Amino acid sequence: MNVLKGRSARAWAGFAGGAFALFAVAPFALSDFRLGLLAKYLCMAMVAVGICLAWGRGGLLTLGQGVFFGLGGYAMAMHLKITDAGPGNLPDFMQLYGTADELPWWWRPFENPVFAIAATVLLPMTVAALLGLFIFRRRVKGAYFAILSQALASAFAIWLVGQQATTGGTNGLTDIQGFFGYDLDDPVNQRMVYFVIAASLLALIALARQLIHSRYGELLVAVRDSEERVRFLGYDPANVKLVAYVVAAGMAGLAGALFVPAVGIISPALIGIVPSIEFVIGAAVGGRASLVGAVLGALAVAWAKTALSEEFPAGWTYFQGLLFIVALAFLPGGLASLTKLFRRRRAVAQKSPVIPVGEAA
Amino acid sequence: MTVILGQTFTGISIGAVLLLIALGLSLTFGQMNVINMAHGEFIMAGAYTTYVLQKSISSAGISLLVALPVAFLVSGALGALLEWLLIRRLYLRPLDTLLVTWGVSLMLQQLARDIFGAPNVQTRAPDLLTGNITLIGGDDPLSVANSRLFILGLAIAAVVALSLTLRLTPLGRRIRAVVQNRDLAEVSGISTSRVDRTAFFIGSGLAGVAGVALTLVGPIGPTMGTNVIIDAFLVIVVGGIGQLKGSVIVAFVLGALQSVLEYSTTVSVAKVLVLVAIVAFLQWRPQGLYTLRTRSLV
Repeated sequence: MNVLKGRSARAWAGFAGGAFALFAVAPFALSDFRLGLLAKYLCMAMVAVGICLAWGRGGLLTLGQGVFFGLGGYAMAMHLKITDAGPGNLPDFMQLYGTADELPWWWRPFENPVFAIAATVLLPMTVAALLGLFIFRRRVKGAYFAILSQALASAFAIWLVGQQATTGGTNGLTDIQGFFGYDLDDPVNQRMVYFVIAASLLALIALARQLIHSRYGELLVAVRDSEERVRFLGYDPANVKLVAYVVAAGMAGLAGALFVPAVGIISPALIGIVPSIEFVIGAAVGGRASLVGAVLGALAVAWAKTALSEEFPAGWTYFQGLLFIVALAFLPGGLASLTKLFRRRRAVAQKSPVIPVGEAA
Repeated sequence: MTVILGQTFTGISIGAVLLLIALGLSLTFGQMNVINMAHGEFIMAGAYTTYVLQKSISSAGISLLVALPVAFLVSGALGALLEWLLIRRLYLRPLDTLLVTWGVSLMLQQLARDIFGAPNVQTRAPDLLTGNITLIGGDDPLSVANSRLFILGLAIAAVVALSLTLRLTPLGRRIRAVVQNRDLAEVSGISTSRVDRTAFFIGSGLAGVAGVALTLVGPIGPTMGTNVIIDAFLVIVVGGIGQLKGSVIVAFVLGALQSVLEYSTTVSVAKVLVLVAIVAFLQWRPQGLYTLRTRSLV
């Protein structure tokens, strides 16, 4: 009980520290431009929270988070494009192509803000639930699942590019100006978007922590480490995995939805195979099974990408490749495992048991 | 009638390309259970090998023939090196192998960009392979490109060579033994690590051969591997692991499906529909078309 108390106290302290840094330090210490970048990184971190849950805890290597990020992003961007255009007008890119006289039927519901906001989360969750149901029920797992999720990302990006007249094609939905009546060119409103994103990230972290430390969280780790044993104990591993996958998809959807007002664009290049796998690397570097590790890792990798690719574009690709190799081949627990290692040394000295970081199979 | 025949042949030729790309994978992923995302970059290495050889050998025909074995050796050597450096440390962690080799593939792509430049390059096809053969004359003619026929022939030759190697040679027997029961093979005196490296060499070398073939049908660029690798993996997933015939059948079926769907819808919709078909197929056979019978639960 004491251990639990200590852990929970530490979590509260860390949470409060993070909130303080995001709300009280960053807005005053950073320029508007840098704060905008931080908002973008925080969106990446939101995806990483979901990946930590699905991959770190559940062993589901999902290489298609870009799809859910994109579904959320497009749902939000479609609504914002419609409101930008004003009542009765078509979004600018549709006028440009001149193929449609009126909104396509599947754009219509997104005129409604409530529907659009709900769709940013529910649409990815529905897609994930359908796909997950089919995949997990039939016990398709491990590498097969990873490849299928990656194929989904590839197919979705190709499909978006192909539907130029209704999705903006390769360009995506660009030049988004308003956010529910607020002008996004105004730095004050950009700051508001930042606060919304920061608050959402904290909420997602809290949600994920509750899930991880609940009985469900224990079950999820059990499924990761020994699926057959869980099945023999009378649980259905398919449902356990499905929940993790769907929740992760919802988180990625919300991240995508908030990415749109922060950056002003959503396009196939942001959600295809490559960005999908980039979401994973942040979590891998920080520590896939550790919530804090995954979030900080995602922030660090996103930051390093901007910092390095500004200076040496080629160097960033080499560095990213090295990150994959070093983080996964030689440090599978990520940077978080270094602190665990340290803690374990201390724990061994105190003769108390420690839970080892399990290996995803 | 000609339309159907034409679509069938398009399907077969898409299937032949898929098969060539997937054949190496059926050895490394299908038999050894290693997910090598850098396989696509070994294809790229084969393609660039053709490009470099054509710079030094003026005759397109001879350079293509020389490129086949050279590309096999170049990509095979890259594969063996990768196996020795990284993959052998990760045999127990297949998912981590996937991400590590993705890192390798990023670095190889950037290397190609630094050496050959980011824009795509082209090779000249030999005169013999540039024309068409008219299969049906008359008002409604059906002709097929010679290069497509060449690729089909190459794919068939590669399948035959690989399956004969696996079936008849001592090396093939050792590979099969290691795949079926690693521990028993080890105690029977087979050096499993050596077999792993040789199998990886052959699988990667086949990627190089596929790269040579791809120069005939498309441009050579740093990202050419990424574009084809997922389809190739899907072939193995659907075909089932452990046997070549699954991959062969599935490559041609997926090729035909792709061709028919592209004809009746668009390329982008066809991609989505093929994926849906694959997920539906896995409902019926989650382990793929053919699989090794085992008593293991997983």
